[in-house]
Amino acid sequence: MSEPSPASYWKQNLCYLGILLTVWFVVSFGLGILGVDAMNEFRIGGFPLGFWFAQQGSIYVFVILIFIYVRWMNRLDRIHQVQED
Amino acid sequence: MTVQTWTFMIVGITFALYIGIAIWSRAGSTKDFYVAGGGVHPLVNGMATAADWMSAASFISMAGLISFMGYDGAVYLMGWTGGYVLLALLLAPYLRKFGKFTVPDFIGDRYYSNTARTVAVVCALLVSFTYVAGQMRGVGVVFSRFLEVPVNQGVLIGMAVVFFYAVLGGMKGITYTQVAQYCVLIFAFMVPAIFISIQLVDHPIPQLGFGGRLEDGTYLLDKLNGLHQELGFAAYTDSVKSRADVFCITAALMLGTAGLPHVIVRFFTVPRVRDARISAGYALLFIAILYTTAPAIAAFARTNLITTVNNQPYASMPEWFDNWEQTGLLTYEDKNGDGLIQYYNDQNEDFISEANSHGWSGNELTIDKDIMVLANPEIARLPAWVIALVAAGGLAAALSTAAGLLLVISASISHDLLKKQLLPHLSDRQELLSARLAAAVSVGVAGYFGINPPDFVAAVVALAFGLAASSFFPAIVLGIFDRHMNMKGAVSGMIFGIALMLFYILKFKFGVFDGGMNAVPSLRSNWWLGISPEGFGTIAMLANLVVAVCVSRATAPPPDNIKVLVENIRIPRGAGAATKH
Repeated sequence: MSEPSPASYWKQNLCYLGILLTVWFVVSFGLGILGVDAMNEFRIGGFPLGFWFAQQGSIYVFVILIFIYVRWMNRLDRIHQVQED
Repeated sequence: MTVQTWTFMIVGITFALYIGIAIWSRAGSTKDFYVAGGGVHPLVNGMATAADWMSAASFISMAGLISFMGYDGAVYLMGWTGGYVLLALLLAPYLRKFGKFTVPDFIGDRYYSNTARTVAVVCALLVSFTYVAGQMRGVGVVFSRFLEVPVNQGVLIGMAVVFFYAVLGGMKGITYTQVAQYCVLIFAFMVPAIFISIQLVDHPIPQLGFGGRLEDGTYLLDKLNGLHQELGFAAYTDSVKSRADVFCITAALMLGTAGLPHVIVRFFTVPRVRDARISAGYALLFIAILYTTAPAIAAFARTNLITTVNNQPYASMPEWFDNWEQTGLLTYEDKNGDGLIQYYNDQNEDFISEANSHGWSGNELTIDKDIMVLANPEIARLPAWVIALVAAGGLAAALSTAAGLLLVISASISHDLLKKQLLPHLSDRQELLSARLAAAVSVGVAGYFGINPPDFVAAVVALAFGLAASSFFPAIVLGIFDRHMNMKGAVSGMIFGIALMLFYILKFKFGVFDGGMNAVPSLRSNWWLGISPEGFGTIAMLANLVVAVCVSRATAPPPDNIKVLVENIRIPRGAGAATKH
């Protein structure tokens, strides 16, 4: 990571957003909608996999994504010493 | 004890609890009234946000809708949860750093213009009023079915309770009552789901039971697909809508969620930027508990319904069938005079010959989708107290959302219109009084619409997301992520986006340009790119974005102090200072 500065803080933030929003898009729109037929060829338990992503899996991933974001940003705040209190 | 006694008791206790909390946490200043003093713990705020967000539609209607839509129901499940990822990553922390009280506050200050502020106020009022009318209606339906009070009196009782704690307590009162309401509603939603999951697939966790095996060893979803095929419906796990439409509706609901003022304002109530981030995580976690259970309930209810009613004698129907027939939400017409109930898809042309060979002459059972969750415990023969609990849960969901919306309406009027524009010399006490008056008047208006619902309420509530997506979402995100976005760009984007959305709704939902409502079904084939009005918010949002960027690059850049403001909201430190008003 480069020298702590507002510009590098913002750049790193945008990088995190890029990663997290890519995952967000892939699980919901990718696996759950656009690729649902291909995914339904596979099963977990009684679920066709594409159907599971659309009605269950994507929601679990959404929750995890926000908690990862919180961790990453809190760490970034400390590195750049812009954390509150 | 009868269901009715249980219901009176449980609803009475929960109402007393809400009022008690409201008295304990009443507001003393405008800051208390608008943002609960800005000192709410993120976990508490997460829970309150979840209750605020999950309306009568989530609690009462959603599982029912999904059970009739099958796979396509995923548009609601993903749409109404995925928006929180956008909210947490793109909006909440920055808006918290900005401080202030309302969404029009941000739009007005960031785009240094009262025109922008007024456009934002109009959008906020439009979205919130359509939404709140639906909530009061939900209150009325629950009262009429479970307490046998006429719908109108039910709405009046609901109004009185909301009036009491929204007007007295403002955001502070609402936040703490919403915590109680979340507990009531999630308990009421989960208990029947767990019972039914154990009954059907012998698994206590509905999310897993959903993929479990029935008593005869077949998977629940396979069994359901089989039943659907026998009755001429599309397989439960397959899509009926076009892929493009499912994509656009999901995206519109996500973008709309992230643009709804009553959700955004929640993140002004926590003390720090990092609290806003984690608070969005808690909110989605609490919401996800209900949203991952709903599709399981949908599949259970669908299976139970088909196996209970189809080809069974009308005379031997259980008591719940009769109860719901009396409300008119469930109707049976014996078209072929055989005394049995035939429930099948008579719109499917490939299925007509098979239906004829069985001697069926049309579908005989009409079920209002809204009754599935409320009737579910009765269909599964659960004890009376569970049924009463579901009634209390439905009321908690409707009241908590109504209160959150009323607060946005009152803040828009007293803060964004009066204090910021018409009467800038208003003292804090006068502003607080006017906020209370505005809340009181809006309770009355919401109640009026609850008692006399315009026919289009249900349609417009779904479209409110399209309106929020096409107006607020790009204006706020660009305001944070694009330093060069100026007033002309944002305002023309908002106006173009919302106008395009309204045009599409009027054309394809109400048939305004083609001879009225009767023309609506035939217009489906003309949908642009095959996208329904519900999904068009995604396109209108993109149009807003493109217009805003083009106009802003062709006109003068924003003043330097605005660039400083944008730099400032991007970095957490100093959030406390920014809230000084």
